[in-house]
Parts: sequence; structure tokens; C-alpha cells
Amino acid sequence: MSRPSDHIDSKPVDVDAKIVNPNLGVVGWLRWFWRQLTSMRTALLLLLLLAIAAVPGSLVPQRSSDPNGVSQYFVDHKDTAPILDQFQMFDVYSSAWFSAIYLLLFISLIGCVLPRTKHHIEALQAQPPVTPANLVRLPAYAKISVSGKSAEEVLEAARAVLKSDRYRVARYDRAAGGKGKLKSEAAITVSAERGYMRETGNLIFHFALVGVLIAVGFGGGFGFAGQRAFYEGQAFTNSLIAFDSFNPGRFFDSSTLPPYTIQLDKFTVVYEEKNSNAIGQPVDFTADVTTQIKGEEPQKQTIKVNEPLRIAGTDVYLLGNGYAPTVTIRDPEGNVIFTDSVNFLPQDNNLTSLGVIKLPDGLAEQVGLIGFLYPTVSTGHSGASFSMYPDLIDPQLAFDVYSGDLGLDEGIPRSVYALDTEDMTKLAGRNSPLEAIELKPGESAELPDGLGTVTFDGVKRFVSLDIHRDPTQGWVLVFALSALGGLLISLFIPRRRMWVSVTENADGSVTAECAGLARGDDPTLEGAVIALKDKLERALGLTRD
Amino acid sequence: MTDTLSQYSVLALYSAMAIYAIAFVLFTLDLAKGASSDAPAGEATKVVVVPERRKLARVAMSLTVLGFVLQLAATLMRGFAASRVPWANMYEFAMTGTLIIVGVFLLVNLKWDMKFLGSFVTGLVLLLLGLAATRYYVEIVPLPPALQSYWLVIHVFVATLATGFFALGFALSLMQLLQTKRESAAAAQEKTRLGFLTRLPDSVQLENYAYRLIIIGFVLWTFTLIAGAIWAEKAWGRYWGWDTKEVWTFIIWTIYAGYIHARSTRGWRGTRSAWLAMVGFAAVMFNFTVVNIFFKGLHSYSGL
Repeated sequence: MSRPSDHIDSKPVDVDAKIVNPNLGVVGWLRWFWRQLTSMRTALLLLLLLAIAAVPGSLVPQRSSDPNGVSQYFVDHKDTAPILDQFQMFDVYSSAWFSAIYLLLFISLIGCVLPRTKHHIEALQAQPPVTPANLVRLPAYAKISVSGKSAEEVLEAARAVLKSDRYRVARYDRAAGGKGKLKSEAAITVSAERGYMRETGNLIFHFALVGVLIAVGFGGGFGFAGQRAFYEGQAFTNSLIAFDSFNPGRFFDSSTLPPYTIQLDKFTVVYEEKNSNAIGQPVDFTADVTTQIKGEEPQKQTIKVNEPLRIAGTDVYLLGNGYAPTVTIRDPEGNVIFTDSVNFLPQDNNLTSLGVIKLPDGLAEQVGLIGFLYPTVSTGHSGASFSMYPDLIDPQLAFDVYSGDLGLDEGIPRSVYALDTEDMTKLAGRNSPLEAIELKPGESAELPDGLGTVTFDGVKRFVSLDIHRDPTQGWVLVFALSALGGLLISLFIPRRRMWVSVTENADGSVTAECAGLARGDDPTLEGAVIALKDKLERALGLTRD
Repeated sequence: MTDTLSQYSVLALYSAMAIYAIAFVLFTLDLAKGASSDAPAGEATKVVVVPERRKLARVAMSLTVLGFVLQLAATLMRGFAASRVPWANMYEFAMTGTLIIVGVFLLVNLKWDMKFLGSFVTGLVLLLLGLAATRYYVEIVPLPPALQSYWLVIHVFVATLATGFFALGFALSLMQLLQTKRESAAAAQEKTRLGFLTRLPDSVQLENYAYRLIIIGFVLWTFTLIAGAIWAEKAWGRYWGWDTKEVWTFIIWTIYAGYIHARSTRGWRGTRSAWLAMVGFAAVMFNFTVVNIFFKGLHSYSGL
């Protein structure tokens, strides 16, 4: 079957022959190495090694799936983290050692499958093998005696039965021969084989896995993934600068970003209100958007958690959401120096949200505000505010106020969600001269030191969208489904050989022997031989239906 | 209405557990009887024992069917009470998962006589249900948006179905190992305490059974993996991201792929491949319990 030599269906290699020939030479060694790599034992070992090598990635946070977890790990395990990092433990699935294992496995796989493909193509064109002389010794065997029919008639009936069962058949005649125990009668026989699809399926499965690997490898290279958060009323234009963060693949060309805009019209959250075990649990997120591909009419669409928006070859996913309070800051003369909705990041299940407003220009000093939004405000025993429900029932916005150097002039990129207070003085808020500023929607308050006023105009919601393009993911799916199909065929279609041998007896009657041999696991072999015998009897009119 | 239904569900589940417990005892007694009859006695005594032995196993089997029906009712009521599929949190996974394990066991028994696995199946199911009902019971809450998808129905159901086949494959492989030990002891004329295995199929037959069930499980698992990737693409925007649960699904797939290869590798068929089948199921159980409960990942929001 051209399987590796240690496959259970292959003939055992003659060990002695190897020992008497130790002088292999370079080519010999390469052959030896190749044979080792493509052996069943090596494939098996690499498979198990791959399983073991995948384990650490589930124990230690990975940069690819949990970058914050990795940062935290470095904080929590100052001593061991750098050592683990040396061994690429935070990038297990792109590490040299993990890659080495799966690449070797795939080389081994290809090295095993290619010769089998060649062999299988030959087998598909070949005749079934010559009928063995002694059918009784085969694993499944049945025998019938027929009178009143000629051997040729019986054989023809057998051939027809096998043909109708979709066997490939060939006829072999055998003259009487042999002596003593090996003596055999003259016989006419038909040899049949079926289930070639079993090997075909097996090969499809393995090739499809190679296909998956290649498609996955290329997909990462040509695609991109970007994130963007924007609030109700705001629009997003699909271009590099519009993204908050952007991860291009190795071969990605940013000029291929399809030009379109997405405007968030409305973001609706539905909360559970009846089930007392789940009050306030969000049960639905719906983003109503207006999309417009350049040169086309605008379209109203929706994005939900399990229903991404597919637009111009990219996929847009709803991954996060939160509140964006609208705030206006005026200088002491009443001139507006800032008015905008600011995305606040949710801190807990009741959506206490934290955000920052930076005012580098327009006031007497640079001012920074750290804001807390409580969608439904309540006060605890300690007097501290908290949110008791995620929806906007009684929102309150509180500000700590800082003045000094915002650190924006040094050219260092700063997060819009964090305020570096190192070079700033706290003017209002806990542990400072003044209480924090607390505002309800529509209210205004003076900033400390006569710096100006702040107004809480209202609250919008924002969404964060993930925009992806993975040009090969369709191929990955096609290959994965082919692998599944190949697997089904290769595991459940039995491949077997059947023989019917017909001999004439001295008294003029005819004996027909049926026998079968499974190639690979086949629980139905015995039943198949009995079924063959029954059908043959019926075809010959020996039994009544 | 919802509360009443879910209370009936709990009641039905506890009744099912009580019945499984009796079935477990009877199945185990049945196995033990096989041991006593293995004493070096004439064929005559064995013939006498057989009908009685069958009777015990048959009663146990009927009880298992009854337990299954009750558990099915419990699971359906839970589903109706929640107006969704009853496998959206740890308690419900355990309930549906064990229901399917018992279901697969009953189904396989229609084809082959596997009553000797009854102790294992009822024992495992009792253990898991006991843990789930006492440690992980949760009231019915609505599905979070991330789980609102028809893929929840397909992906999770097929995964649990695969688990059912892997569980029986594990039990058969364990029996196979013990049987191999008994057979070699018998060949060497040594005494063992494994006499209860005499009436079971021989080790080769057990291995064949195990293999046939595991390949079904493997195909279902492959489907689970693909369906999970399709769902992940829709919900999280990528089809594969080495999330902890994805990692373990992959590990399990690889182990069973190894098992199937081992079975056609000379020197690995038999005892070694049986060990792999057992390691595979251990990983399935690890994935279902430890990974769900203690590992951080995207799947952990499915609720305990």
C-alpha cells in the first residue's frame, strides 16, 4: 500500500538485512533520515509533541490573545517572567520551537502522503489481485454447493452480484496444480475489490490539512485588523489615520483599504428587567449605522454581537461599548474652548465609567480633568458615589481637576484615556483643597481658581468596532470542510477484497467459495461475505425470497 | 411559571440521580458476580450462574433507561423554563452532557452488548451531576448577547455528543488494559484479582469497540472545532485566536489524531494506543472542568 514501513498493514522490515550493511554513505544516510521522518512512529511522536507543546500557551497569558495579561504577568512575576520570555512562552504559537514541531510534522506528512498518492493512482488503474489459492484461510469465508448449473454460469452470477455491489472485478482461471498439501483443484475465479474511496478520503484529509496550514499562513500576511471607538452621531472613514489601533499583515498594502464611511446613528442596549436573578444584565446590543461606500448610495444597516457587518470585503464587528458624556468648557469670559462627547471606559458591570479631558490651550493654565460617570448614581455608607444600575436612569458626572503640565509638548504619544499627573497639581477631588465637581445633566459648575466653567450637556453611547480583512479565511473554511469530508470517507467506507472461486466436483455439482479480506479496520467484513453468499444463492435460484 | 418549571426540573434531576445510583450498585454487583464465577470450577457452574447474572444487569439497564427518561425530562424542563437550549452554563452543560453520555451508552447497547460498562457510565454521570448540582447550580438567567447565536445550539451540542463517545471509548480502553493484564496473567498461569473480566469480550475485541466509538467521537470533535471557528469569526472577529478553550480543543483533537495513528503503527496498537485514548478523555474532562472554571479566556463568560 506504499505506507511507511512501520504501518500495521506493511510487511515488517527484515532487521537482519540492515545490520549487515552499516556503510550507508551520504545518500544512504539521507534516505535513512527521510525514512525515519516519514515513518508512522515519527508522525505519531510529532503529533503528541505538538499536543504537549500547545499546553503552556493555556497556562501563561499570550501576547496574541491577552496582551494586558502579559503585562500584568510581568508585574506579578518579576523574576520568572523574563526567563519565560526567553523561551517565547508569551508567544507560544508563533515560537521557534512550536513552529519547528508543526513544520516537521507537515514535512513528515507530505513525505508520507506523496508516495501514497502515486501508489493510489496506480492502484486505481490496476486490476484486482490474483485470487489466492486457499480461500479457507482468509478471515471471512463461506461456501455453497450448486447442482444443475455449470461452473461458468455460477461464476457469471457471482460476477454480476459483485458488479452490482460496486466492486471492481477481474477473472482469473487456475489450472489444477501442486502436490500433497499444496494440491489445488482447477478453478475459475473472480477477484473483486471495492472501497478505493477510503484511501482517496484519507489523502484528501491530509492534503486539506496542508491547505489549511498554507491558507492560515498567507491569511495573516495579506489581511489587517483595526479598532476604532466612536460615539453616536460620529462617523468613521475607513483610512489608516481614522483607526485607534491598526495591525497590518506583513504583505498588507494600506492603499487597498476600501473607501467607505460608517456613521453610528444610534446604539441601543436592552437590559433584563423581569428576571429577578438577572436584573440589569444586558440582553441585546444593537448598533444602527449608516454606511456609504464611495460613489454609492448610503445604506441603513445594523451591527450586533453575533451579526457582523460585511462591507466592501471587510468585516466589521461590534466588540465593545460604553458611555460618552458631552462636556462643554468655557473660559471666564464665557467663550467655549472645548465642547465634545468623550469616550469613557467602563470599569464595572454597572458601567461606572472613567474618562479624561485634556485642555492644553484656552485657559490660564493647562488643565486636566479625570471624570467618573455613574449612569445610575447612588451613595455608599462611606459617602463615596457608585453606580447601582448600568442604564442611564439618574446619571451623574464627577470631575477631579488638575492644573500644570499635561506633558503633550514633548512629542511623546499619550493615551487619550489616561492623564499623567506627575507634573500637575490637584485642585479638586479627594485629598485636595476642594471637593470633586459633581454634575447632573444640564448643570454647570465653576472650575477652581476661577479658571472657567464646565457644563455636563448629556450622555451619548459609544461603540468600539473591530474592522478586519482576512482574504484567505474562506479558503481555510473550504480546506477544513474538505478535511472533515475526507475524514468521514476514510474512516467509514470499508475497503475490502472479495473472491469467489468455483470448482467442478466429480459428481457434476459445483462448489462456490466466497471469501473476503479487509484492508484497514472493517467491522462489516464477515457480514459482507455472508451477504455475498446469500445474494449468490438467490441469483442461482437456490433459495426462495 | 419559569420558577415552577425549573423547580420541577431540579426535582426530576435528583430523582434521576437516585435511580442512577441504584443502577450503579446493580451494575457493580453484576461485575462482581462475574468474578466469583471465575473461580476455577467446571463449565457446569458457569451455566448455572449466567441467567441470574443477566437478570441483575437487565434490571440495572432498565433503571438506567428510567433514569435517562427522568433526566431528559429535567433537561427539557430547564430548557423550556429558560426558553433556550439547556446548555448555556456549567450546570446546564453537566446536565445535558451527562444525559448525552447515558444516551450514547443506551444507543450503543442496541448494537453491541455493553452492559459491563454500566458501572462506569452511571458512576461517571453521578459524579458529574453531583458536582454540578451542589457546586455549580445557578438560577436561570437570559443569554448574554455573545451567546445568542444558533451556533450555540450546533457547536455545543456536537461537542457534548463527541464527549459521550469519547467517554465510552475511555471505559472500553480501560477495560482493554485490564483485560490484557488478565490475559497475560492467565497465559502465565498466575492468579489475578481481575477475574470479573472473564465474561467480557477479549482485549482485541474491546479495542475494536473502543476504536469504532472513538472515531465517531473524533469526527464529531473535528466538526466541533470547525463550527467553533465559524462562530468565533462571527462573534469575535477571528476564527482562531488560541484562546485557552481553543487551545484545549486543539490539544484534544491532536491526542485523538495521535490515537488513530497509533492504532495503525506497529508496536503501538494495543496497550499504548489504549493509553492514548485514556489520556484523550482525561484532556476532555480537564477541558470541561478545570479549563472552564480556572482558566481565563473568552469562553469563561459562558457562566458557571
